[in-house]
Amino acid sequence: MPADIFAKRRNDRLLFFGALAALTAGSIFITNYDPVAGFTSIGKAFVWGASNFYPNARALTKLPDIALKLRDTILMSVAATTVAAIFALMLAMVGSRTTRINAVFGAIARAIASVLRNIPLVAWAMILMLAFSQSQLTGFLALFFGSLGFLTRAFIETIDEVSIHAVEALQATGASHTSIILQAVLPSSLPQMISWLLFMIDTNIRDATLVGLLTGTGVGFSFDVYYKSFHFHEASLVVLMIVITIICIEMMSNYIRRIIL
Amino acid sequence: MTQISQLPGAPLLEVSHVMKNYDGTRPALDDISFSIGKGEFVAVIGPSGAGKSTLLRCINRMIDVSDGEVRFEGVSVSQLNRRDLKKVRSKIGMIFQHYNLVERLTVIENVLHGRLGSKSTLSGALGRYSRDEKRQAMELISMLGLAEHVYQRCDRLSGGQKQRVGIARALVQDPKVILCDEPIASLDPNASKVIMEQLKRFSNEMHISLIVNLHQVDVALRYSDRILGVNKGRIVFDGRPSELSPERIAEIYGTELSAPRVRYAS
Repeated sequence: MPADIFAKRRNDRLLFFGALAALTAGSIFITNYDPVAGFTSIGKAFVWGASNFYPNARALTKLPDIALKLRDTILMSVAATTVAAIFALMLAMVGSRTTRINAVFGAIARAIASVLRNIPLVAWAMILMLAFSQSQLTGFLALFFGSLGFLTRAFIETIDEVSIHAVEALQATGASHTSIILQAVLPSSLPQMISWLLFMIDTNIRDATLVGLLTGTGVGFSFDVYYKSFHFHEASLVVLMIVITIICIEMMSNYIRRIIL
Repeated sequence: MTQISQLPGAPLLEVSHVMKNYDGTRPALDDISFSIGKGEFVAVIGPSGAGKSTLLRCINRMIDVSDGEVRFEGVSVSQLNRRDLKKVRSKIGMIFQHYNLVERLTVIENVLHGRLGSKSTLSGALGRYSRDEKRQAMELISMLGLAEHVYQRCDRLSGGQKQRVGIARALVQDPKVILCDEPIASLDPNASKVIMEQLKRFSNEMHISLIVNLHQVDVALRYSDRILGVNKGRIVFDGRPSELSPERIAEIYGTELSAPRVRYAS
């Protein structure tokens, strides 16, 4: 009966929101979280931030130090992303339905990408610290693996979406696999791949700060040191510089994207 | 109307007892047999899902047949190894409903893609074309009326212009046969007319056989030398346009629908 569909929709909705409410209430109960205190303390945090967390004159003398660390972080992110992109491109060629040589290698490539992508960045950093301790290399590799997983997935989707028709046409002319990739797949998908690469660089500069906290490198570490030694003015300067950098880089990549797409 | 001018000795293309089963219950192609001579213009008509596209793709083995044989110039296509298959494909052009161009590349680059099947892997991969190949591509482009768009990117062209690039890409292969999969299904009536007339002209002048999947019965009647009617994976009509009576059309398209009204061209 058609009327039942509406009743069913309504019941589904009630059930969904009921389950959501139960989950929230349950979580609050188990963790002893006080939502009232939680929300009122947001105001206090702002008051504290306004009175302590701003760069003062003394903090500005640290500007060159911080800038140097920030440069390290940016360059490491760019390096990790671009190296990952090269490997991701190769993996994507093997994994894409359009360009793969056979189904088995395709499945393996997609599985590798999926595993890499599903391990969180922080977990990568912790795992790699066991092998490489706190060093630049640890941060680099953590970003590299995370980016490799994500970019491979993005590149595979790009290839399948943009070039599948042209690939069919070139296969029908008897063109070789290499010719098809270089003459059809890359020309159609490169702009979108570069767009993904820029997005990844954005994201990695943000994440590199966090990874730096763990690996003791870059601008994330500077923040950690200042913050834990109660140098809040310096710490706030670090945050401010990171925010400005990320906004600049995002504006740049948006501009580049507009031109190439 | 042009008549079938010559009766060729050995057929250029011979399809015998071809079956294609996907996983479904009923076969997509069910015991298809026909042969095509040099320069013939064959229209394939039938309802959506009748197997027209599958049939076309079985000819150049873009889809492998489940049973039966396709012979091109006497060679059994299903037996070929990868390299020889590419050689056969280089003699069979193909044009598509959605043109299947590399939209970001220019007209001339897309047309030259038709040469890739006849080049070494290295020069093909690097996109190095000889002076002759470029000249031939240029000639075809101007014959198709695209001379002023040679260096334009294909995503700037209209649908009809894109399809003409598709035709040029097929012609530059110097093919014996061109397979056309719904070449005018995405085009307006004017552009469709231009495309069909150009196909007809090349079929006549260059003695290229054409197999054209079509939706429109009247177009098939106007341009083809021969019509194959396909329904549910079987050939239910194989004859000249003049033999295609309204009753036969109804048979091809199924009885639940009344036959489309058609006016005979000749």
